[in-house]
Amino acid sequence: MRKAFRVSWKALMAIIETKNLTYTYPGATRPAIKDVSIKIEKGEFTLITGPSGCGKTTLCRCFNGLIPHFYQGELKGEITVAGLKVQEHPVYELATHVGMVFQNPENQLFALSVEKDVAFGLENLGMPRDEIRKRVDWALQLTGTYELRERTPTELSGGQQQRVAIAAVLAMQPEVIVLDEPTSFLDPLGAKKIFEVIYELNKKLGITIVLVEHRLDLTAKYSDHIIIMDDGKVVLDGEPYEVLSSEEARLIGVGIPKATRLYQMLKADGIKLGGKVPLSSEEMAEKIREAIRRHD
Amino acid sequence: MIEVEDVHFTYPSGVEALRGVSLTIRNGEFVAIMGENGAGKTTLVKHFNGLLKPTKGRVLVDGVETTKVSVATLARKVGFVFQNPDHQLFCETVEEEIAFALKNFGFSQDVIEKRVEWALNLLGLSQYRKTSPFMLSGGERKRVALASVLAWDPKILILDEPTIGQDYQQKEKLRQFILQMNAQKKTVIIVTHDVEFVAECNPRVVLMRGGKIVADGEARKVLTNPEILMQASLVPPQIAQIFINLSDLEFPKEVIDVYEAREILLKTFRSREQ
Amino acid sequence: MSFFDGLRFRRVNSPIHNLDPRVKFIYACVIFAVAIIFWQLLPLAVLFVMQIPLVLIARVKREWIRSMKGAAFLASIIFLTNFIFSFISSGYVVTFVALEYALAMTLRFLVLVGSFSIFFLTTSPDHLGLALEQSKVPYEFCFAFTTAVRFVPVLAEEAQTIMDAQKARGLELEKGNFLKRVRNYIPILIPLIISAIRRSLELAEAMESRAWGATKKRTNLYVLKLRYEDYLFAAITVGILALAIFVRLYLYIPRLEELLAGTV
Repeated sequence: MRKAFRVSWKALMAIIETKNLTYTYPGATRPAIKDVSIKIEKGEFTLITGPSGCGKTTLCRCFNGLIPHFYQGELKGEITVAGLKVQEHPVYELATHVGMVFQNPENQLFALSVEKDVAFGLENLGMPRDEIRKRVDWALQLTGTYELRERTPTELSGGQQQRVAIAAVLAMQPEVIVLDEPTSFLDPLGAKKIFEVIYELNKKLGITIVLVEHRLDLTAKYSDHIIIMDDGKVVLDGEPYEVLSSEEARLIGVGIPKATRLYQMLKADGIKLGGKVPLSSEEMAEKIREAIRRHD
Repeated sequence: MIEVEDVHFTYPSGVEALRGVSLTIRNGEFVAIMGENGAGKTTLVKHFNGLLKPTKGRVLVDGVETTKVSVATLARKVGFVFQNPDHQLFCETVEEEIAFALKNFGFSQDVIEKRVEWALNLLGLSQYRKTSPFMLSGGERKRVALASVLAWDPKILILDEPTIGQDYQQKEKLRQFILQMNAQKKTVIIVTHDVEFVAECNPRVVLMRGGKIVADGEARKVLTNPEILMQASLVPPQIAQIFINLSDLEFPKEVIDVYEAREILLKTFRSREQ
Repeated sequence: MSFFDGLRFRRVNSPIHNLDPRVKFIYACVIFAVAIIFWQLLPLAVLFVMQIPLVLIARVKREWIRSMKGAAFLASIIFLTNFIFSFISSGYVVTFVALEYALAMTLRFLVLVGSFSIFFLTTSPDHLGLALEQSKVPYEFCFAFTTAVRFVPVLAEEAQTIMDAQKARGLELEKGNFLKRVRNYIPILIPLIISAIRRSLELAEAMESRAWGATKKRTNLYVLKLRYEDYLFAAITVGILALAIFVRLYLYIPRLEELLAGTV
């Protein structure tokens, strides 16, 4: 009885839901994604990963309507985002529910000052000026970019530019923020700052985060939900601990965090460190410490 | 051999990118030049093929000062693969793309054909010989750029941020490729901030910050020193982080390889079981 | 290149920089119109000298001089063509009048360059974009303008990177005859163009994802408001125009030789 209740509660809370989603780019011979059926719940931090060409970028583009409206092509199956059927609503409407941050920081900022860029979406929506001002300042503060508000994007570092891009999306107050490999061009510290900012947004404001990434060593520990894709299909979908420690994940060739690998190798050698599979170095170090204490 | 003698470099815009760098790279070495964005890594390696000339100090490649020869002459010895392959690709076919540099260097037609064949095979691009490079995927375009540089068989190979945007398997292939080149006595220099990749390759690591070298040594020594890494805005590789965390217990500190870590832990737990 | 340097905006807090761009633009146009009204040397010289206090107040002396230097080449061509033309038409005789006329035409050109240079040097591109928007220019054009200005330094840097990448493959730009040298630029232009196309695609995606086209009634974070200083400056500009028309219609303007001879 309780299990049935939980399942239907989950259905109510799903903010992104797809059923047998299949998409073929115009002029392509094979679909880029095939029969993708996933559910992302409100407030989750979801990680989507997989080898290059697996379709994760394509899937992302479906979440805010760029597919099918911007890219054309053939989209089959169902996809609902924030209660709206994507095929039936224009991108500018979906943009107020799903914000998207892209890989290249430079090509998302078009204005000559940071605050004008952050205001861009709100200006497009025709909001009154004082509302825009309030939201712009709020978004700048949350991403730690308030001091940069009068600078030109060209003067900023890659990490700063990406945080401005996040602010620009945040200002529209969407329920979901999708980030497509946002740290590809950033150095490790810049990347870490980005992940910390989006983790904060997830925990403090309850914004659902969908992050497409290769660098699992840095991001696995933040996630509630991991989806692994390969060759256009979803291959693994579930809790991080299960997914990353599965044999399948290793075979697909996803960059499993080294801490997890070490744990698996020791397990195969007969050393049981117990408890949940570690996703970060801190978790693994903790386990080793525990195990040694137990032996002593 | 590359010798860098107290090199300073300031861009025309006034930015002082190198502030007294001295370094020697011997033939056949495998070196990773690391640091945050803006530390001066790419500026430094651009001196190795003469694209940049020092504002103070000297750079010598095989005993010849880089200010005394043209970039094209140095390029014969020093192959430079840029970060973004799309900054190089412009030909109608992959074949032509690979032949471009060979034509510039004045090779004869049959040598060009042989070398193109060889480069295509080496990087698994034979089926794309007559394809337009723009039709290929990101990873394939990177291989075309690499092939077009290897085609003229430079002694020294420089790769600028080769792991950006690559998935795990692509990085594995790259790592093995680099080791293969190194085994063939080529000097390989990679510019990167990917600590996990460097931990798996275990090269000599030169760490830069603010236009200066702050560390130079074996990967296992440099990547396990948290103070120095923090100065350079880098994070230690996960395995190193685990052992740094456990440094109060009696574990060795300079561990970066997962297999080595497993051996150490196996020994520890097995001995305790007795 | 130095000519364009003279037009690049520098962020300075001067009264001229803080003037509304629309008022400054009208000023530049009025100066241009006045320069056309007169063909005599004296008023044009006065007009030219009038710009100098503005340049000093705006603290853009160095850049302004650079733009003048950049215009020097064209200015000398204007002088020579005018002089040679009147030289030939007056029967190969050098007359003082002809000299004065050629000098006046050159000065007219320099006045034009000078006034518009002040405009560009003291107006930031985003202010300019804002002025365009508020002057009811369709938003697509304003956006295209500001985006273009925003990406000029990015494209310049990319062109340099591409040149480096091709030089590292043995491309020698300086070698060969004229035809060969032009062909040498193909390996630089093609990647640059393709990159520009890719970039515009990414920009379009980002724009759409931020509700581009949601309503026709776009609002704005900033607004340009005309202040007391703007009205004052506009009044001065109108005054100059009125004075110029009066002088042109009712007063006699002495020629240079008359002034020098002490007669009038």
